[in-house]
Amino acid sequence: MPIITYREALNQAMREEMRRDERVFLMGEEVGYYQGAYKISKGLLDEFGAQRVLDTPITELGFTGLGVGAAIAGLRPIVEMMTFNFALLAIDQIVNSAAKMLYMSGGQCRVPIVIRGPGGAGHQLGAQHSQALESWFCHVPGLKVVSPSTPADAKGLLKSSVRDDNTVIFMESEVLYGTKGEVPEGENLIPLGVAEIKRPGKHVTVIAHSKMVLVALDAAQQLEKEGIEVEVVDPRTLRPLDTETILSSVKKTNHAVIVEEGWPYCGVGAQMADTIQLHAFDYLDAPILRVTGADVPMPYAKNLEHLCLPDKTRVMDAVHRVLNRK
Amino acid sequence: MAVRVLMPKGSDTMTEGKVLKWLKQEGDKVSSGDAVVEIETDKVDMEVETTGVGVLRKILVQVGQVVPVGQLLGVIGKPDEDIEALIKSGAVAPAPAAHQADEPKASPASPPPTPTKPVAPPPAAPQPVAVSAPSAPAPQAQGHAETSKAAPAHSTTAKETDRAPWTSPQAGGGRVLASPLARRIAKDKGLDLSEISGSGPGGRIIRQDVDRAMVAIPSAFPSGDGGHSAAPARPAYVPGGPEFQDEPLSSMRKIIATRLTQSLGPVPHFYLTIEVDMRRAMELRQSANNLNPELKLTYNDIILKACAAALRARPDANASFNGESIRTHNRVHIGIAVPVDGGGLITPVIQDCDQKSLEQVSREAKDLVARARSRKLAPNEYTGATFSVSNLGMMGIDQFSAIINPPEGAILAVGAVVEKPVVAEHRIEIGHRCRMTLSCDHRVIDGAIGAKFLQTLQSILENPVYLAF
Repeated sequence: MPIITYREALNQAMREEMRRDERVFLMGEEVGYYQGAYKISKGLLDEFGAQRVLDTPITELGFTGLGVGAAIAGLRPIVEMMTFNFALLAIDQIVNSAAKMLYMSGGQCRVPIVIRGPGGAGHQLGAQHSQALESWFCHVPGLKVVSPSTPADAKGLLKSSVRDDNTVIFMESEVLYGTKGEVPEGENLIPLGVAEIKRPGKHVTVIAHSKMVLVALDAAQQLEKEGIEVEVVDPRTLRPLDTETILSSVKKTNHAVIVEEGWPYCGVGAQMADTIQLHAFDYLDAPILRVTGADVPMPYAKNLEHLCLPDKTRVMDAVHRVLNRK
Repeated sequence: MAVRVLMPKGSDTMTEGKVLKWLKQEGDKVSSGDAVVEIETDKVDMEVETTGVGVLRKILVQVGQVVPVGQLLGVIGKPDEDIEALIKSGAVAPAPAAHQADEPKASPASPPPTPTKPVAPPPAAPQPVAVSAPSAPAPQAQGHAETSKAAPAHSTTAKETDRAPWTSPQAGGGRVLASPLARRIAKDKGLDLSEISGSGPGGRIIRQDVDRAMVAIPSAFPSGDGGHSAAPARPAYVPGGPEFQDEPLSSMRKIIATRLTQSLGPVPHFYLTIEVDMRRAMELRQSANNLNPELKLTYNDIILKACAAALRARPDANASFNGESIRTHNRVHIGIAVPVDGGGLITPVIQDCDQKSLEQVSREAKDLVARARSRKLAPNEYTGATFSVSNLGMMGIDQFSAIINPPEGAILAVGAVVEKPVVAEHRIEIGHRCRMTLSCDHRVIDGAIGAKFLQTLQSILENPVYLAF
């Protein structure tokens, strides 16, 4: 199986879907001639031409609205946000148009649009450009939210997102673009709403998505030396959530730790914790613990930024606490 | 407008409180947030704050007096305000819990935004509760949110150091803390959570505590139904492994220990007697001695070995009271009460009796008893027993009660094997019966545990082939 980067996997997914369906087109800032701020759209302009790979002005609200209109009119746009921090400018189009059009038109207008780009914290980008905004979108009925952690998931999920008839918020990770992994050749669709157990274990379930999967796996490896078998569950899609996989894991291990990069208050982990307590209450041997980003705007200083983000030590600490060790 | 100072409900269990000290005297100026009186609850001492503004007009309960929760302690108001109605109306008011004190219930200090009938009027004087409402000054009547925040007269704050017991989840009137999983398993297995001590945070019972408790109630030798499982309830002691487990005393266990000790002396004994059909044990003895006349196997050897096997199956009878914990022994060391030549008594110990064959037990017992009689035991040979057997059968005693040798938790008193008429299958025949009495330290071993041990012992002695496995 070829080993490619997360970046390359996303590029392949878009290329394959654009070849497969001529209604699919890409637009966003610098996606064409510059080949993408993070080079995700490398080579696409050459292959598909300026009709299908559109450079837009710096007008997120405008071009997202354009995408929504195009989707209603029958096309299948992929709208790239240079980062999800800028998607906040388009939030009205996303929340009030894309997410609600199907409902408000009585089922007449589908909005099959993929809004994708990198999110997450790190790289000393400061408070405005270093944040995980998943819960902003997860909050809204009518949106699907996807957040892959591996190159294989990135490719399989992006292809499924493009083919999905709903608005999909596809949140990549800046930090993961350069990571490598095996990606099956050929058509390999991963359905939305299906979690994956990234590592089996029996003592505690650690739920993590995106970059935090790597942190959780790292912690799991270390904890194995102490005889603690961690099951790492990656929901992959945050909405709709694969509650079945999460619940069956928690029912097996009786302990849950949820790791997310975002802020704790109303974070996606809060939703997961609610789901778990509701459906697996009698299986819990300890309160569900969350490891989250700090409840502050991200500091610029490197040492402070580090302190704000969940890391291996904090995950291990939570696992110890939930298991009543130490 | 006048504001009442009430005896707060400081905890769920608090029904009355004592006035320790008035921090303001009549006539002293009072501002909102001031502590006016210090009271003693059933748990802590605390200061009662007020939202009233003005002066402390009237002290109604003097220092040292104990009054029910909700009792009017004093009144705060403007120096010239008429407070007579308030004093009359507020004799006994409903008392919200201290931590809910910001609910604007029926307190004239915080009238609802619109004039309305009082909520939950005090039964003693339902009429004029809201008497001062119309004169409420603007700042205190800015709307519902404001009034509910500006707490009534009995807003309270515990001293920081005293706060813990209030917020502790254990403060809920003896509720057993257990994880949902532990609760479910205990329910499924019919275990009583109140008898299990929790090792989780704050003493919470978690799964491992329930699992441990289940091990302590072995399924081997279920009572009376004749089912015999050879599987020991606790794995045999492995050399190098822990020799015992210390389980902290549960609060119930502490009370049992205290009460029974008060009643009966340092080791509260109780006695259980069982009659054992010794027919098969006799056959065993006969056959073994036929095979090897040198062995001279005795009833007592068989009983020692059977006790060890029964203790292995019922580890909760192999336990000691250890002050603040109950020590369950993983090894089975059986003491044999031996009268010493020239008077006195000593108990040589067969170590790991459960691990030894009947022949080994027999030889070792003979050797130890002989040397015990002539006072030739080394100290390590008469210490460390976890259980003892005293046999006066050879002296013609049918039945007796022995006294426990602390820190052991029990001793078995064995009487003589006697021939007696017994009913078997509707016929009277001659039986060979032995009566055995177990003395138990009630701090460690309850009636049911002792009884189950005796049942198991009886079961083994009546089917001694068990000892061959």
